[in-house]
Amino acid sequence: MQKLLLTVDKISTFVGKMFSWLIVTLTALITWEVFSRYALSAPHAWAFDAMIMMYGALFMMAGAYTLSKNGHVRGDVLYGFFPPRLQATIDLTLYIVFFLPGVTALCWAGYKYAGESWAILEHSSITAEGPPIYPFKTVIPVAGVFILMQGIVEIIRCIRCLKDGRWPSRIEDVEEVDVDKLKEMMHVKDEDIKKLDEVVTAKEGGVR
Amino acid sequence: MKKEAWFGLSMLAIVVGLVFYILPAPSQMTNGHLGLLMLAMIVVAIMLGFPTAFTLMGLGTMFAFFAYYSQNPATALTQTLDLMALRAYWVMNNDVLISVPLFVFMGYLVERSQLITMLFTSLHLATSRIPGSLAVATIVTCAIFATASGIIGAVVTVMGLLAFPSMLKAGYSIRLGAGAVTAGGTLGILIPPSVLLILYGATAGVSVVQLYAGALFPGIMLAGLYVVYVIIYAKISPSSAPPLSEEDACVYLPKFAEIICQTKSKNVLLGIARAMKGKRNADVPMYTLLGNLFIALLPAMATALLLGSLYLVATAPEDVVPEGVQEMGIAASDSEQADPGVGSLQEPEGSEEQEAQPEQVEQEEPTTAESQTAAEAKPDKETAAAPAKRTSVPTWWWITAAIFTGILVIVYAILTFVRLEIFKMLLGSFFPLAIIILGVLGTIVVGLATPAEAAAMGAFGGFILAAAYRRLTWSVLKESVYLCAKTSAMVCWLFVGSGIFAAAFALLGGQEIVNNWVKSLDMTPLQFMILAQIIIFLLGWPLEWTEIIIIFMPIFLPLLSHFDINPLFFGLLVALNLQTAFLSPPVAMAAFYLKGVAPPHVTLNQIFLGMMPYMAIQIFAIVLLYMFPQIGLWLPSLAYGN
Repeated sequence: MQKLLLTVDKISTFVGKMFSWLIVTLTALITWEVFSRYALSAPHAWAFDAMIMMYGALFMMAGAYTLSKNGHVRGDVLYGFFPPRLQATIDLTLYIVFFLPGVTALCWAGYKYAGESWAILEHSSITAEGPPIYPFKTVIPVAGVFILMQGIVEIIRCIRCLKDGRWPSRIEDVEEVDVDKLKEMMHVKDEDIKKLDEVVTAKEGGVR
Repeated sequence: MKKEAWFGLSMLAIVVGLVFYILPAPSQMTNGHLGLLMLAMIVVAIMLGFPTAFTLMGLGTMFAFFAYYSQNPATALTQTLDLMALRAYWVMNNDVLISVPLFVFMGYLVERSQLITMLFTSLHLATSRIPGSLAVATIVTCAIFATASGIIGAVVTVMGLLAFPSMLKAGYSIRLGAGAVTAGGTLGILIPPSVLLILYGATAGVSVVQLYAGALFPGIMLAGLYVVYVIIYAKISPSSAPPLSEEDACVYLPKFAEIICQTKSKNVLLGIARAMKGKRNADVPMYTLLGNLFIALLPAMATALLLGSLYLVATAPEDVVPEGVQEMGIAASDSEQADPGVGSLQEPEGSEEQEAQPEQVEQEEPTTAESQTAAEAKPDKETAAAPAKRTSVPTWWWITAAIFTGILVIVYAILTFVRLEIFKMLLGSFFPLAIIILGVLGTIVVGLATPAEAAAMGAFGGFILAAAYRRLTWSVLKESVYLCAKTSAMVCWLFVGSGIFAAAFALLGGQEIVNNWVKSLDMTPLQFMILAQIIIFLLGWPLEWTEIIIIFMPIFLPLLSHFDINPLFFGLLVALNLQTAFLSPPVAMAAFYLKGVAPPHVTLNQIFLGMMPYMAIQIFAIVLLYMFPQIGLWLPSLAYGN
């Protein structure tokens, strides 16, 4: 079972990571476009559409990846204080009540929306002779299906947590604030912090 | 279960109870009441800790379906699905939100370039004479670094590892140190380029460009108030912020500088000039002298460049450029970009002048401070001679030139070798960041580039910066890319969810009920403004700013026109206000980040106490901005004329 969970995690992560590299191409494209417009006076009509598509595909396809790393923002005022079983109960209920209907509807809506676009082979109307836009609209249902899949895995995680009383493990990933890494980067060791503690206690003693 | 959790749960139960008390019996419920019920449910669901984006999506879908169903059951499903697809596509196709991943990417790259250590060291040496210098340096470092990177958690953690221990060791009180680190670290969400303002712009339909122009001065003002507070505090109670010991304030001079200091003069220009004349006395290689002279002359060059471009603008032939304002803006940004480091956008005009500079320097090697200032006029004379049709030089240019020259004379008179060393350190840490920030902001505000384009250039700049400091390894790039994707997905999916939710709320007529209710209270604009700010302030306690901006702002926004409040001004107040969200317990993230790396005997309560004065300053800043709206509105009105 754990293997299945991790496999889906891996798929979401792989897809998300693939699409996250779009940020590099996006940066490069815009930088080149700005250079080309001001220095070479040769702007490209398709550049704007391309930027939007890169950005849209980037964040939509990274949704499942973010979910698999528990990265979607949650109000953790109370949540953090709850014991794991209560956390899992709440999550399980809300995944079934909110997540499943919402995301299923999104997949369906996106499927219809993209289907209509494919039917007329729609082109972007921002500029004359804009690039085709139907593949871009297809991103909605595809991203939706990935998120749905990941969501089902999260539901299984909740059930396992209810059984075991602790959360099953996730695959490690980069974190925004990785304290250990930052400590290493600043050449601060735990002993240094402990040594500093003496300064603090000495000071408090002095005040008293 | 901990008692905090019980307390929270009972608060939630009270909210639910109140909702049932207020709402009429199910038989008399209108759709509008359902809307309010939906709002109450979202608050409860968020507090329970379910990922907010999906809570919004689920609730929105159900209630939108219900709203359509009550109108026409036959088409309800199709309409709901259409609505969802349109809302999702609106986020994907949004030319404002496209800057979010780009700015976030720039932030991660800048953060990983690890300039912060150098920046802090050089700033605290540069400010060592000011009372509370370590705290002042902390705030300034935080402000600059948090502005460029925008990642609050990382900045607070790093400063907790770097500045907090030095402050404690220097004998600073725990409260003062903790307050400076946490308050300084959160400045990044206000000072542009910040993601908060992009999100507000996207929700409120206010131009991000104007928001950036507007938030610049309030942000600087807030940082300034913090610094003033620290200085006054250190003056009043020196025991909590003792001056630096000789040892800490000491700057190690390179060998050649020591020799010159002892044998020649402490002043850089005098010293180097004498050392060059009498080579037999000093065993200092010529290229070291030349190199240092070049660095020492950089301020003079920058001034010459600035004055030169100002001159070009001031005397530009009028028939060529009818709109003086626009031309001035463009030329001003040229001078910014012509500074060493940005490079990519250099205009030919700027680079010619720059190339002209080194020659000039070599001509003037043996000069002293006074003759240097005389040389200032040189490039101006040259440019004056070249184009024949230039208009006469206006008086303000002469005044500016005189002021700058005066400042230069003073600077060079007091420029010792110690100060030159500090200047070199600043050059390596402070100026690259300042140039990136100013370059990004300048091009946006002047109108050369859209926010998305400026953000991309900023990300490119971050790329170069990380490469220049040899931090751009494969793993750093990979981490930045993945973190950027996760953060952008988090923010943008929240928009997808809230778009569906807001549409359902409006469909049910919940918005109308809120509007009518507020209008029936018959408040003055001032009362409404205060009420709105208090509500946002209170929301900031349990919620994060992303949720407040994306979910709750749309409820306030339709009311602004009724009270005749400028949404741009409201946005600035909100941005200032949300700073407090980071500092207000119990969710004050800044405090927890600091606690994570502080010595175990520093308690959370001490950190909270340290943050309190800064919260008071923030409220004071909000009042100031409200009393003098020009602080925020002057720059936008100057640049865009409204």
